[in-house]
Amino acid sequence: MTKRHWKVFGLSLMGVFGFTTGILMLAGAPPMEAYGLLLKGSLGSGKKVGAVLTAWVPLTLCAVGLLYTFRIALWNIGVEGQMIMGAVFATAVLRFGVESRLPLFYLILAFPAAALGGGLWAMGAGLLKTKGGVHEIFAGLGLNFVAQGILLYLIFGPWKRPGVASMSGTAPFPPALWLSSVSGMRLSPEGVFLAAAALAVTVWMFRYGRLGLVFKAAGNNPTAVMLFGEKPGRYMILAMVLAGAFAGLAGSVQVAGVYHRLIPSISSNYGYLALLVVMLSNYRVALVPAVAFFFACLNVGGIQLPMVLKIDSSLAGVIQGAWVLAALAAVAWLRKEGRPEEAR
Amino acid sequence: MRIHPEPPPAVELVDIHKHYGPVNANQGITLRFRPGAIHGILGENGAGKSTLMKILAGFTQKTRGRIRIHGVDVDFRAPAAASRLGIGMLYQEPVDFPVLSVLENFMIGQTRGFRLHRKAFRERFESLCARLGFSLSPETPVRQLTPGERQQLEILRLLSMGTHVLILDEPTTGISSFQKETLFKALRTLAREGKAILLVSHKLEDMESLCDRVSVLRHGKVTGEMERPFDPNALLKMMFGSVPSPLKRPEMPAGAPVLILRDVSAPGDRSGLKACSVIIREKEVVALAGLEGSGQGVFLRLAAGLRVPVSGVLRLRDEGMGGKDGIAFQKKGVAFLPTARLEEGLIPGLSLLEHVALKYCRGFRVHWNVARDQAARHIRYFRIKGDPEMPVESLSGGNQQRLMLSFLPDAPALLLLEKPTRGLDFESALWVWDHLFRYREKNTAVVFSSSELEEIFMVADRILVFYEGAVIRDIRAADTDIHELGSAIAGKA
Repeated sequence: MTKRHWKVFGLSLMGVFGFTTGILMLAGAPPMEAYGLLLKGSLGSGKKVGAVLTAWVPLTLCAVGLLYTFRIALWNIGVEGQMIMGAVFATAVLRFGVESRLPLFYLILAFPAAALGGGLWAMGAGLLKTKGGVHEIFAGLGLNFVAQGILLYLIFGPWKRPGVASMSGTAPFPPALWLSSVSGMRLSPEGVFLAAAALAVTVWMFRYGRLGLVFKAAGNNPTAVMLFGEKPGRYMILAMVLAGAFAGLAGSVQVAGVYHRLIPSISSNYGYLALLVVMLSNYRVALVPAVAFFFACLNVGGIQLPMVLKIDSSLAGVIQGAWVLAALAAVAWLRKEGRPEEAR
Repeated sequence: MRIHPEPPPAVELVDIHKHYGPVNANQGITLRFRPGAIHGILGENGAGKSTLMKILAGFTQKTRGRIRIHGVDVDFRAPAAASRLGIGMLYQEPVDFPVLSVLENFMIGQTRGFRLHRKAFRERFESLCARLGFSLSPETPVRQLTPGERQQLEILRLLSMGTHVLILDEPTTGISSFQKETLFKALRTLAREGKAILLVSHKLEDMESLCDRVSVLRHGKVTGEMERPFDPNALLKMMFGSVPSPLKRPEMPAGAPVLILRDVSAPGDRSGLKACSVIIREKEVVALAGLEGSGQGVFLRLAAGLRVPVSGVLRLRDEGMGGKDGIAFQKKGVAFLPTARLEEGLIPGLSLLEHVALKYCRGFRVHWNVARDQAARHIRYFRIKGDPEMPVESLSGGNQQRLMLSFLPDAPALLLLEKPTRGLDFESALWVWDHLFRYREKNTAVVFSSSELEEIFMVADRILVFYEGAVIRDIRAADTDIHELGSAIAGKA
């Protein structure tokens, strides 16, 4: 970090504090108390930190996947649907495990199945993009709605609880099909390990993997990559599949580790949030875990703001949005001034 | 010659320095430009000409130094500020709005307020056109113009905005010889009217036919200045330090057919390609001549497998290539070098080293130390001025071209080159051709397009003349001359 980095960082921090403080005062809430609540609500106790980490896992997994698609210049907005399909595939496998004498086998199988589900779903968007000329944002958004539809159909149709179909989801799985958890929390060590492993693999991939290099090249100039003997379309689909697989894994962690069943809001918007995480990380792997952690804190810490301070529950979202905009502005500012002008 | 007392210089650049990180593009340049004169800035690629002019035009900030306009110190930080001081620059690549009409482009930057005053602008446009001898139709969409016409439009716009110091960066690159004549005539008119004209070029002939005074830059410094009449050898010496030796071209008979086209048609460019039947043989050097966009680009891309014919047969040696993609063509030994280096040939954002790794490290893992050695070899052998970690877009045009050449396979069957020496100075161009000729010893057929007739006669065995998408001539270079070729290109067959 240079001196200028700190200056920009400090200024945007001051700006955002000024803005959020103003908003809080307008809403009639004491700002300092609100900040204190945010901090205490997310990092105030071991249990709270556990809750933050529980949110950090799917957020990080989705963000890691998005690093691949952003690297090849694709906007994989379909990450939500991919996470949902991962959860659906995982649930399908776990359902076989309910009556089985080998629950562990099905529990383990649920993860590759989820990666496959998310990957296939992403491949749909990739094929639409490369073969059909449909922009990946529209393809992804469309597939998100379809995935949501499939999810609701399954919960209220074939996979409904015996007797009643409800918004609370399918019947819970027996504990033999659960990931282990830290006592009294929903946090599963396996999930944390999975997210950490995904980060490590990606760091290696972008530093030493040929795939990382080709993704970057094809993202910057697909025409020229052809002259280097590679077909950009193929790599676009591969990047989508990888992103979908990571999102699918996030879905399976939510099913097997957090909710122990399939619920309508299984993705909890972590996919969309992960898009922000990656952008704020300036598309760099090294920053993703920290930024994801910060968002997880805001998410968890913001839960009790409306209740305690009697302010509207959307205010936590406003604060989160202000942070995002400030960070994006700071990143853009650094980029604009940091680089010496190129020779035209 | 004027006998009047010397007027104050229109522009004075005093001790201009520009550093891009560790690269010193300008190192203490001091120059004066008189009003009413055409001043040439000569130098090879990467000499610092464009940087200096971009500083004067407010497009780039100087590291230090002073700029004086009509004897007054000025300091500006944006092209708009320079433009208010009467400095206008015509960039190498057109900066216009292709979907708007000529007149609309002309009006951009000149209109204030809500109403457009189309009629008044139209009259101003037409009177300027007439004064400079340009024939542009105001309602044509700009995307239909040739590069030369877009240049004329930009000059008109700059003049109408009150430019009295007009900078032109390599204006004769990529325009027809007729348009060049028109341009030169217009520039002489403007100089007579008292404007200061600054012509940046690496072409000696531009300087000789147009300029009153020439300043030569080399490695970011002024190496000499000369008033008309010029001594070309002295200028070359200022440019390169020594006069480059002419090209040696070994004679070689052509071999077996490599590329066969029969009645091939395809869309693309302005004219497409119409019923083209051509055979290219081993060891041949074949020039594709013609006005810009007459089908040469389509021909090269078809032969590279990057575009698909709508009818006709394309064969490489004995194999029909219908339905195959560019990668299949590459496997058959076809290599293509596009002229738009950063758009089609190289990958902006990737360093030189990353390009080398992309090309040569084919496993799952990139062995960066192996790539680094390979990159060092490329830099040494191809004499690329640059660092392995530098992004390719920060290399100069000539060095980008050398880098692309370094990626050609060792013994291709067919080399397709689109204007391989475009934007290169004489010495670099000679070096490029010297390198390309070596491929003939490996039975490679070399096909290239060029808009420089001198270059075509210097290197080609055979010339295909393109006109409106058709090959209207297929002649041996020895059987024609520059005048006959010139009229064939213009369609006066």
